[in-house]
Amino acid sequence: MASNEKIEILSRRRFLVRSAKAGVCAGFTCAAGLFFHTDTATPFRSTPQKVRLLPDFSLTERSPRMAVARGPNRGRTFRKAIGAMGGMSTIIEKGDRVLLKVNAAFASPPLLSATTHPDLLESVIHLCLEAGASSVTITDNPINDPAACFALTGIGKIARQAGARVMAPREHWFKKVSVKDGRLIRAWPVLYEPLRDIDKLIGIAPVKDHHRSGASMTMKNWYGLLGGRRNVFHQDIHNIIKELAVMVRPSLVILDGTVTMMRNGPTGGSLSDLRQTDTLIVSTDQVAADAFGATLLEKSVDSLAFIKKAERAGAGTAAWRSLNPVFV
Amino acid sequence: MKIVNVRRISQVFFLFWFLWFCISMNLGDEWGQLRGWPVGWFLELDPLTGLGTLLTTRTLYKGLLWGVMTVVGTLFLGRFFCGWVCPFGTLHQVLGYLGHRKKSVPERARLNRYRKGQTVKYGILIVLLSAAAVDLARSVLVLPRTLPPIILIILLSGLFAIIWLAGKQITRGRKGSMALFTALATLWLAAGWILQPGAATSASLQIGLLDPIALLYRSVNLVIVPLMDNSIGILSPNPRYYTESGLIGVIFFSAILLNLVIPRFYCRFICPLGALFGVLSRYSLWRIGKKAADCTDCHLCETHCEGGCDPSRKIKTAECTLCMNCLTECHHDLVRYQTEPSATGEIPFPDVSRRVFFLALASGMMTIPTLRLGGNLGRAWHPGLIRPPGALGESDFLHRCIKCGQCMRICPTNVIQPAGMDFGFEGLWTPVLNFRIGSSGCQLNCIACGHVCPTSAIRAIPLSEKLGSGEFSRKGPVRIGTAFVDRGRCLPFAMNTPCIVCQENCPVSPKAITTREVLSRVDIPVLQVAAAGAFTIGFNGKPLIPGRYETGDYYIRINGGSDKMVRPVLTNTRQSITIPDSQPMDPPPGPGNVAELIIRLQRPHVDPSKCIGCGICEHECPVRGRRAIRVTADNESRDRDHGIIISA
Repeated sequence: MASNEKIEILSRRRFLVRSAKAGVCAGFTCAAGLFFHTDTATPFRSTPQKVRLLPDFSLTERSPRMAVARGPNRGRTFRKAIGAMGGMSTIIEKGDRVLLKVNAAFASPPLLSATTHPDLLESVIHLCLEAGASSVTITDNPINDPAACFALTGIGKIARQAGARVMAPREHWFKKVSVKDGRLIRAWPVLYEPLRDIDKLIGIAPVKDHHRSGASMTMKNWYGLLGGRRNVFHQDIHNIIKELAVMVRPSLVILDGTVTMMRNGPTGGSLSDLRQTDTLIVSTDQVAADAFGATLLEKSVDSLAFIKKAERAGAGTAAWRSLNPVFV
Repeated sequence: MKIVNVRRISQVFFLFWFLWFCISMNLGDEWGQLRGWPVGWFLELDPLTGLGTLLTTRTLYKGLLWGVMTVVGTLFLGRFFCGWVCPFGTLHQVLGYLGHRKKSVPERARLNRYRKGQTVKYGILIVLLSAAAVDLARSVLVLPRTLPPIILIILLSGLFAIIWLAGKQITRGRKGSMALFTALATLWLAAGWILQPGAATSASLQIGLLDPIALLYRSVNLVIVPLMDNSIGILSPNPRYYTESGLIGVIFFSAILLNLVIPRFYCRFICPLGALFGVLSRYSLWRIGKKAADCTDCHLCETHCEGGCDPSRKIKTAECTLCMNCLTECHHDLVRYQTEPSATGEIPFPDVSRRVFFLALASGMMTIPTLRLGGNLGRAWHPGLIRPPGALGESDFLHRCIKCGQCMRICPTNVIQPAGMDFGFEGLWTPVLNFRIGSSGCQLNCIACGHVCPTSAIRAIPLSEKLGSGEFSRKGPVRIGTAFVDRGRCLPFAMNTPCIVCQENCPVSPKAITTREVLSRVDIPVLQVAAAGAFTIGFNGKPLIPGRYETGDYYIRINGGSDKMVRPVLTNTRQSITIPDSQPMDPPPGPGNVAELIIRLQRPHVDPSKCIGCGICEHECPVRGRRAIRVTADNESRDRDHGIIISA
C-alpha cells in the first residue's frame, strides 16, 4: 500500500486560503437565505384577474337571417336552405378560416342521432371550401372518450375525407375564459386553441330531448366547448345555456331536425327514441333556431326557460317569425 | 460473419419488434396503430405463459401455441430465447455491458463466475408453477374415486411402478428411505379419497409477477409509455395514469440497474423463464463446451459470459444463455457449440438439492390455499373489484391473468387499472376498473380489452354479446356491476339542488337511471305578501337575493295551497317575484297571504335490471371527491352469486 500517512502541515497560507473559501461559501449561504426569505405565508391561489373573452364571430353587417328546408337528405336540404339564405358566400369570404363546432358528445353511431350526422358535416365542409374557405377545422370536447367519439360517430373520418382538420381536445388547449357580466362562466376552462386564429364559427347540432333542460339544440351545443368540472353547471342549466349563448357569437348555426330525438335524451341509444321530422334549419340567430327547433320536439318556448333567458340577454330573438324565414 | 454479430442482429431484430408492438398498441386503424399487429406475440412466445395456464386450466389458449415452438427449440438448442430473443434479456445485456466495460479482464471474469445464488431462480420457478398446479394435482389425486376399476388398477400399478422407480432414483436404493418413500406415496394416493374441491386445494396463476416478458410488458405499458408519452402526447392525446405505476416502476428500474452490480442479474438469479429453459436444455443436442482439455486457464472466455456458466471449468449447461461470446473470446479456438460434452466436463442439470426442491414445491402448493383463507373468493368478495367486460368468474380469472397490463394499455378511457393489495395479494396488478382516474367510464361500444388479452382471462367477446343484442338478446348485456346513488351526497337528495348529470350520461337505452320529480320547499323564511298583481307579487320581510330564483327550477306557492296556486318564478328582485305572462295569478293573492318558494327536483334512481355498471355516471358525477353515484361489482354477469335481482 502507498503511504497515506503524510502529515498535513497547516501553514498560515493554507489556513488563510481555506478560511477564504469557507467564508465565501458561508457568505453565499447567508445571502441566498436572506434573498429567499419571506414573512408571508403562501396565499391561496385566487382566480386570475385577467379576463379573456371569446371573439365575436357573428355577421354584424347584415340583419339576422333564417331558412328552413324540408326533406330526408341532409346534404340536399342544407344546400337548399343555405341557398335560400343567399348562399354560402354571404357567410364565408374567400380565405376565411372556418371552425365547425359539431356535437360529438357520445361514442354512438350516426344512426342513433345523438351526434352531428356525417352526411350533413360533409356537405357543410364542401360548401365552406367551395365558398373559398382557406381551412376548415372540426372540434368538440366530447363526454365519452374523444377518440372513440370522433371515430364511432363517423365525424372524424368524413371530416378528413372532405378535407377538414379534426382537433380532438388536449389538456393544454383549454384556457380560462369569462363571459361579460357572466355569473357562472368566470375564468372557466374553455377549449380555446381551435378558436384561436379563425374567422368564422359555425355550430352544427341535432335536435334532441334533454332531461334536465328540456332540449339540446344549437345553444346547448356550446357546452362542448367547456372543460373542467363542467357538470356542476347542471345545477343551473338554463342560466348556463344562456351564458353559453352570450359567450359564443357564431357566424351561423345549423340545427338538424331531419331526425329528432324525442325522449331518452341526450344520449338516446334506441331507434324508438327517434322520430323522422325531415327539417333542417340554418340561421345566423341561434335563439331563433332553437325556438323553431322546440316545435319539432312538440315543446313550447315557454317551457324551455333558456330560450327566453338567452333572448333577454341579447343573444337573439325567440320570435323566429320576425326573421321572415324562407321555407324551401 | 462472426456468430456473436448474428446474435446481436437477432437481439436487435426482436427488441425492435417488441418496441414496435408497444408503440402500435393504440386503438385505431392507421398503420401505426392496432390493426392486426401481433402486439402480444412475445407473451405467446413465452412458454411460461402457456405452461402456467396449462396447469391451471388444462388448455392452451389460441396463440399460446407459439410457446411450444420455443420449447421445442430449447430442447434441441438450449437457451436460445434468453440470448437471442428475449427483449428484457437484451436490455440487461446492454446495461451490463455499459456498466462494466471499463473493467479489466480478470475483474470481469470474476463478475461472470458462477454463483450459488443462481439456483434461486429454480426455486422461484417451482414455487410459481406449483402454486398453479394445486388444482390439477387434486384432480389427479381424486381419479381413483371417479375412474372405472379396471382402468384404475392399470393406472395405479403404472403409477406405483413410476413411484417405485423414481423413489429408487431419489433415495438411491437405501432400504429405510425407500420404505418411507413408498409409505408417503401411498398416503398421498390415499389422500385422493378424502380430498374435496374447494379453497384448500385451489390454484392461481402468479407467474406474471416475475415472468420477464409479462414484467416487461407491464412495465412498458404502465410506466415507460406514460412516462415518455405524457409530455409529448404522440401515442395518447391526453396523459395516462396508472395507480400502481410507482411500485411497478421501482421493480423494473431495480431489475435494470442491478446489472451495474452484476451483469444480467435478473436473468441469472431471478428469472423463472430462464430457469424453465435451464431445465429444458438438459438434453439439448448442441451445447457450449471445450473440444480439448489442454486449456491455458486464461479465463478470457468468461470476460463477457452472459449466463455466468463457467465455460472455463465444468460448464453449467443450464445456466448458459448461448450468448456465444466465449466462442470468439477464446484465443485458442477451444470453445465450440458442439454435440459432444465439454472436454473439461459439464454439469447438465441445475444444481438444486432435493431438500430445496421439495421445500419450494410445498411452499408453492400452500401459498394459494393460505391466501384464500382471507375469503376473497368466497363470502368476503370485494365489491370494489370491478373487472373489465368479458372477464371470467374470479376463480377462472385468477387461473389465467398474467398481469401483463395489455388491457390497461389498450383501454381508450384509461379506466382499467392495475389492482393494488386491496383485493388480496393474488389480485395484485390484475385489471380493475377505476372510474375516477379515467377519461370516461367503460365505453358502451368498446370490446378492446378482451381482444388483446393473451390468455383469455378477459374473453374476446363480440360487441353483440356485450350489448346483449342479436343472438345474445335473451342473455342480456354483459354487466360489470351496478351503480348506487349515495343519497347523503347526491345533490337533489341531500342538498335541494338540481343536477341529474348521471341520468343524462347513462348510455343504456332505455336509460338505467330514471328520475322522479319532487317539489321541495326552499329553506328560507315564509314570505308575507305585501301587494300583488297578476304577474308580480311583492313581499315584506327579509329580502331575497336578486336573481337567485331565476334558474327556471323555482316555483312560488301561495298559502301552501293547491297546485292551482303554484307558478314558475320568472325573475326576482329583493322584494318581488315575477311569473310568466302565460300563467297569471287569478285572482292575485291579497296582502297578508303567505307564499313559499319551492324547487322542482329530479332525483335519480337506478334500475338494476338495466344498469350494466359502465361507470360513466360515476365518472361524470359533479361531486368530485367521493362520488354521489358509485358502481360496485354487485349484479355482475360473471358471478351469479353476486346478483342482486332475480332476472326474468
